[in-house]
Amino acid sequence: MTTTNSEAVLPAQGIEAPRSGRIDPKYLRSNPSSGSFEMVAWVFMRVSGAALVVLIFVHLFSNLMVGEGIHQIDFAFVAGKWANPVWQFWDLTMLWLAMLHGTNGMRTIINDYAEKDSTRLWLKSILYLASTVIIILGTLVIFTFEPCLVDDAGNLMDYAPSFCENIVN
Amino acid sequence: MWSWVGHRITGVGIFFFLLVHVLDTSLVRVSPEAYDAVIGAYKHPIMIMGEIGLVGAIVFHAFNGLRIILVDFWKQGTRYHRQMLWAVMVLWFVTMVAFSIRHLMIFFEGWEGF
Repeated sequence: MTTTNSEAVLPAQGIEAPRSGRIDPKYLRSNPSSGSFEMVAWVFMRVSGAALVVLIFVHLFSNLMVGEGIHQIDFAFVAGKWANPVWQFWDLTMLWLAMLHGTNGMRTIINDYAEKDSTRLWLKSILYLASTVIIILGTLVIFTFEPCLVDDAGNLMDYAPSFCENIVN
Repeated sequence: MWSWVGHRITGVGIFFFLLVHVLDTSLVRVSPEAYDAVIGAYKHPIMIMGEIGLVGAIVFHAFNGLRIILVDFWKQGTRYHRQMLWAVMVLWFVTMVAFSIRHLMIFFEGWEGF
């Protein structure tokens, strides 16, 4: 059998992918938009995961392994840490990366195990709502925190960390 | 297979702790008394055991996650994935022995009884 197609080109000059443009999009395994989101999510899990190992290990070490460890953690300890912008930035980065990493992980698990469309929709709605509330709450707490609380008479409260004495008095 | 199951279970556990941990830390904006009262719960002996469990989950998820990254991005990753799982378990064990000893020592030093 011979072909009479005059538009035929040699592979070396470039050839279109098989059946390209002739197939209904609903039969394709991927579409350009959702494909790139999943790719970004996949990369994000690895990049944020590597960063979180450092962020969380240092967080655990400086809070639990040095000084008085678990016994030192109280209002004054938190106030002392957040007086330093480095720790504010540290905790803020940890909050955002951990929440996004965890939310995407939960999304994957819901997609895997919840088979009904409506169940998936409900679970993911609750997940996204909870994550949004926690991220906004945590961010506001870090940025609006007031370490040097005073009572009605204007005296520094007992809970205030020691550096407040230089600021208030 | 089991490392995959372990990664999922520890991940879900850590996620729910994270939600609680942001909420308890948020109490610094309510009042110092409220924060100190709730964070005091973390100093109870039962919670000390819980903290060792939590750190165990975090350390496994961290080391196994680094193994996943190496399997994905390192040329020899798929060839050595089994050896790397052994490395994860050995490193996890060493880290947890060190953490548990230090955490328990600190706890008993400052413990004022029930």
